[in-house]
Amino acid sequence: MGQHDYVISFIFASVLAGVPLLFGTLGEIITEKAGHLNLGVEGMMYMGAICGFVAGYHTQSPFLLLLCSFLGGAAGALVYAFLTVTLFANQNVTGLALTIFGAGFANYIGEALIMKAPNRAAVLSDNITRFFGGIYIPVLSDMPVLGRLVFQYNIFVYFGVLLAILGGIYLNRTRRGLNLRAVGENTAAADAAGIRVVLYKYIHIVTGGGICGLGGAYIAVVICGGTWTNNCVNGLGWIAVALVIFAGWSPYRTILGSFVFGSLDVLRFYIPKDVINIPTAFFAMVPFAVTAAVIVITSIRKSAVNAQPRCIGINYFREER
Amino acid sequence: MGGIKKHKRKEPLIRIAKREGLSKPKTVALKVCATVLALVAGGLFIAAQGHNPFSVYFFMVKGALGTKMSFQETVKVAIPLLISSLGITLAFRMRFWNIGAEGQIIVGAIAASYFALYKNTMPHAVLMSVMALAAIVAGGIWAGIPAFFKSRFGTNETLLTLMFNYIAQYMIQYLREGPWKDPNALGFLQIARFSDNARLGSVLGIQAGWIVALLLTVAVYIYINFTKSGYELRVVGESENTARYAGMNVKRIMMRTMFISGAVCGLAGMLQASGTDRTLTDTVAGGVGFTAIIVAWLANLSAPMILVVTALFSILEKGISFIQSRFMISSAAAAVLQGIILFFVLGFEFFTRYRLVLRREAR
Repeated sequence: MGQHDYVISFIFASVLAGVPLLFGTLGEIITEKAGHLNLGVEGMMYMGAICGFVAGYHTQSPFLLLLCSFLGGAAGALVYAFLTVTLFANQNVTGLALTIFGAGFANYIGEALIMKAPNRAAVLSDNITRFFGGIYIPVLSDMPVLGRLVFQYNIFVYFGVLLAILGGIYLNRTRRGLNLRAVGENTAAADAAGIRVVLYKYIHIVTGGGICGLGGAYIAVVICGGTWTNNCVNGLGWIAVALVIFAGWSPYRTILGSFVFGSLDVLRFYIPKDVINIPTAFFAMVPFAVTAAVIVITSIRKSAVNAQPRCIGINYFREER
Repeated sequence: MGGIKKHKRKEPLIRIAKREGLSKPKTVALKVCATVLALVAGGLFIAAQGHNPFSVYFFMVKGALGTKMSFQETVKVAIPLLISSLGITLAFRMRFWNIGAEGQIIVGAIAASYFALYKNTMPHAVLMSVMALAAIVAGGIWAGIPAFFKSRFGTNETLLTLMFNYIAQYMIQYLREGPWKDPNALGFLQIARFSDNARLGSVLGIQAGWIVALLLTVAVYIYINFTKSGYELRVVGESENTARYAGMNVKRIMMRTMFISGAVCGLAGMLQASGTDRTLTDTVAGGVGFTAIIVAWLANLSAPMILVVTALFSILEKGISFIQSRFMISSAAAAVLQGIILFFVLGFEFFTRYRLVLRREAR
């Protein structure tokens, strides 16, 4: 393999590894813009992963797989929204509860699936894995360099990038998006201006959760190759929560950010042993260590423009001023 | 969108009003109510899987408490859970979201294991003390780093402590596969079992950690309620500004409290490795750090209540591992049930702070 191909396949692998982060981060940005910090991204990814997997496993339909993974994540978010928006529960603890519940739920259902499956392995049918495999467009996909870098990914990648761009336009250019930001920045003012705060919060928290769920489906279908694996999300949801800070609450920057963090995940396969020879455990540690460093660095150099929505973490009760 | 509508809407059927706070027995009753409802919801979940929820719950309790042996096993599960819940409570009382108990348990276990594996020729009592001390210091530092950044730069402590969990987790893997690999394990990547000298003895058939855990419960209760530092951390938790106006050094209080919080969790790691596992494994923390968060919150962040909730959760945890093979239920069911319980309790907390007012009849 020439050096050229090497770099290209590294970038290719980074993008593929970054997709779940892209979905998770996007979902969390939309949630946080409504003024709610949902630490349950990991849990919602698990719920999306298992719901999508079960649907795909039983129906062989890629469409139902996507739909159910969205609904799975959205269901988790709905519980969160009910507890925090309507019942004013503590956002931190509720999110953690969702993470614990979601991981347990996925492993529980997944284990039951494995026990009933032939050879103790629940595997999606070929037609689904093929559907989510790399695309092929005649001519375009065959182009040197560009073909592989742009036109050979699976549909999740294009969908994720499209979603990020649409999300950016929604938040910056539409009235609804601006209303949403008002809700997150100053809930009381938004309420006074006639924005239906509770409705906005519910819709965006639930949609955000659904998008996280899609990220979970990607993990189950693409990263784990269509075989159900317990504990498959393994911290990616938490990195997504941190990436929100890294991306400065901008969907556009999320695209780059998630692919950069994806590259950290695949680094170990692309650094030759004779260049840097460090134990595999350290490579596995890299994404988390870098995330920790990023959290610290962004907090040291605070910026007024890319700050978090001001009402984040504070539940809004109209009569309380 | 967004325009101000004419005020024509009727008064809503149910209105939410703030309440001045509920008496303590009523608060407890509400939590009990929530837990019972959660168990009912969990039962429905079990029933949906085609099992009889009553027999599942019955065998769970039987499996956890039925025999002397199973009771001892349940207590063994309770020890690290109780201690780390106490540790987390210290931080949570300060409104510092320490999600890093898992990592603090691990580094405590690692530090203790170093002495257990390589400096184990000291007299037993000395070795135990050194291991405990090492665990306390390691856990404290591991929690102190995020506290440092939080107090200096306002860094998000939830995420930072969480990342530290993963870093600690992979540190064990590194040690297990590399420098601490047992050369006698014939190619298995594992750490050697501790020598007898480095194992914590038993009292009444259960590792001595249970005594430490009970003592810590009392100590944490006294620390939070009856000492100056405890008072300070509570004030910081209520309002950082109030603490500052009162002339308290918030940064120092934050660092000190988090050090103690992590130290307590680190000690749990030492007790688990030396008393129960008798070696250092990847699962030394095994999710205890997360379960502890639920326990602490359910117990209203009060040390005596933590004892009660830990008992309940240990029965749940041990009971489910007992019925695993009988009902073909994954041990993950424990996490599901715990999650559901927490959801219900969080939801019910609403009624301790607010009440619902029905619309008055139109006159």
